Amino acid sequence: MGSLRRFRRSAVDAAFMGFCWLVTAVALIALGFILWSLATQGIGALDLKAFTLPTAPSGSPGGLLNAIVGSVITCAIAMMIAAIVGVLAGTWLAEYGGDTLYAKLIRFLNDILLSAPSVLVGLFVYNILVAHVIGRFSAIAGSVALALIAVPIITRTTEDVLKLQPTSLRESGVALGAPHWTTIRKILWRSAGSGILTGGLLAFARISGETAPLLFTALGNQYFSVGLHQPYFFGLGQPIAALPLVIFQYAMSPYDDWQHLAWAGALIIAIAVLGTNVLARIVTRERRPS
Amino acid sequence: MAAAQPISQSRSPPRGAAIDPLFKAACLAAATALLAALAGIVVSLAIGGWPALSKFGFGFFVSATWDPVRGVFGGLGPIAGTLISSLLALLFSLPIAFGVAVFLVEFCPMLLRRPIGIAVELLAGIPSIVYGMWGLFVLAPFFATAIEVPIMGAAPQGSLWEQLTTGVPNGANVLTASLVLAIMILPYMAAVLRELFLTVPAQLRESGYGMGSTAFEVVTKITLPYVRRSAVGAVMLGLGRALGETMAVTFIIGNSHDVPTSIFASGSTIASTIANEFNEATSPMHSAALIALGLVLFIITFTVLAIARALLAERQV
Repeated sequence: MGSLRRFRRSAVDAAFMGFCWLVTAVALIALGFILWSLATQGIGALDLKAFTLPTAPSGSPGGLLNAIVGSVITCAIAMMIAAIVGVLAGTWLAEYGGDTLYAKLIRFLNDILLSAPSVLVGLFVYNILVAHVIGRFSAIAGSVALALIAVPIITRTTEDVLKLQPTSLRESGVALGAPHWTTIRKILWRSAGSGILTGGLLAFARISGETAPLLFTALGNQYFSVGLHQPYFFGLGQPIAALPLVIFQYAMSPYDDWQHLAWAGALIIAIAVLGTNVLARIVTRERRPS
Repeated sequence: MAAAQPISQSRSPPRGAAIDPLFKAACLAAATALLAALAGIVVSLAIGGWPALSKFGFGFFVSATWDPVRGVFGGLGPIAGTLISSLLALLFSLPIAFGVAVFLVEFCPMLLRRPIGIAVELLAGIPSIVYGMWGLFVLAPFFATAIEVPIMGAAPQGSLWEQLTTGVPNGANVLTASLVLAIMILPYMAAVLRELFLTVPAQLRESGYGMGSTAFEVVTKITLPYVRRSAVGAVMLGLGRALGETMAVTFIIGNSHDVPTSIFASGSTIASTIANEFNEATSPMHSAALIALGLVLFIITFTVLAIARALLAERQV
């Protein structure tokens, strides 16, 4: 009887282990297959023209240059906004907020914003900036929408790494007679620097592939829209092209050449995102926020 | 270090002390900006969607008539599509994500543990538009010819099987959208579950093994009870992702406003409807109806995420 029970237990265990091995293999193969089709289709479509020519009507030679430039500009502005707001908010949560009710509320809302549907962020920014304040689809509106997605990530990481700093560091600031904000800037931020940078990189990786929040804010543009001679703040106040938007438009189109460019764009974004994530891992081995 | 300076007698406040309250205020303002953003989202969606909600009332949630030409809007199709596709995605990916997480914690050879763990976390960061494109160009054509056509052809007439698989076999339907969603949230859920399983104290698991338990018994009797509530939270985080996902779904769900009655029928989700129609909205009422749908999506995801966070709060993940 004992041996039968032992047999059953080990059989169940073996089946369970087999299940875990199997699903891991299936998952890795499926995900590997996605990367594989992305790589083959993307590399086939990726040539110098994609990086040197702006988008063009189907049939004429075109690339992705204005979309790449547009994405870089919107993401850069978004990261500037998000870095300031995110680091300050994270600092407040870690250094000033403590366990007060308000800090708990902010922490909770930040966690919600971290996973909130990005399309709703786009709608929100549309309602405020596009429909009222600016009155146009614009690069600025797109950047603000992306910033809203990046801020919670930076806030969360900043708070986490600041809380990891030993109290003795704060005491050393007090012992030197430095004001609190000097202690924070010159001691805490500096020793938490690589962690905060990781948060920034993760946020950048997240927003560089975001499409939905740009649909109703940056809108997209066939042409270069930013330059010294452009109207509305050097073109930042008018619609701007972005790589994810072009991918969306081109992939849904019936034209072969556009679809090829969409694959090329998707590969560029995937490489940029993976590269940034790897960089974030190299900078520090802090865990990512969930 | 130089010789110690004599301690000054008069203690004036340190340089820059006057800025201290300003800095604190700036930090507080930044934190409050988060609150303002979330409140702003709710308020702007409520105001923008109000015309549609007040005109159609409760009917907005139970009617499936979405007719921009006549100006009649009922959101049941997208609302049902959102819930069905997300729940199906969860159904597909949960057992796999669980298996992967257990594999990484219990069975994986030491040599592979780090590379596979890192690969799973990196895959969680791939933008959803990439998954959407793959679904559109690779999965959908394959699915249409290799799966849909044979299954539909084999269905006996008049059976439930036939009913559940009616549709145009072009690969753009609720089932393929759910599959893409499932693949998309899989690495994320696996990564979160793995982190969670790693919080179980090693002594607990080892004492289980020490008493002669099998790995299956350790996982089901020690690990899972230990992380029970948080694991539900992690799953709901995955669900939250699926509910609000836009691009992966928009490519492949077929964009019809009917309530999907079969897994091979095309449908739509709230996010895909907004993404497709908002810029081309034909009338103010059309925009308002889309924003009202957005409000519904916000309420659903907020509820799911709030529960998830509350469950996860016990353990920092």
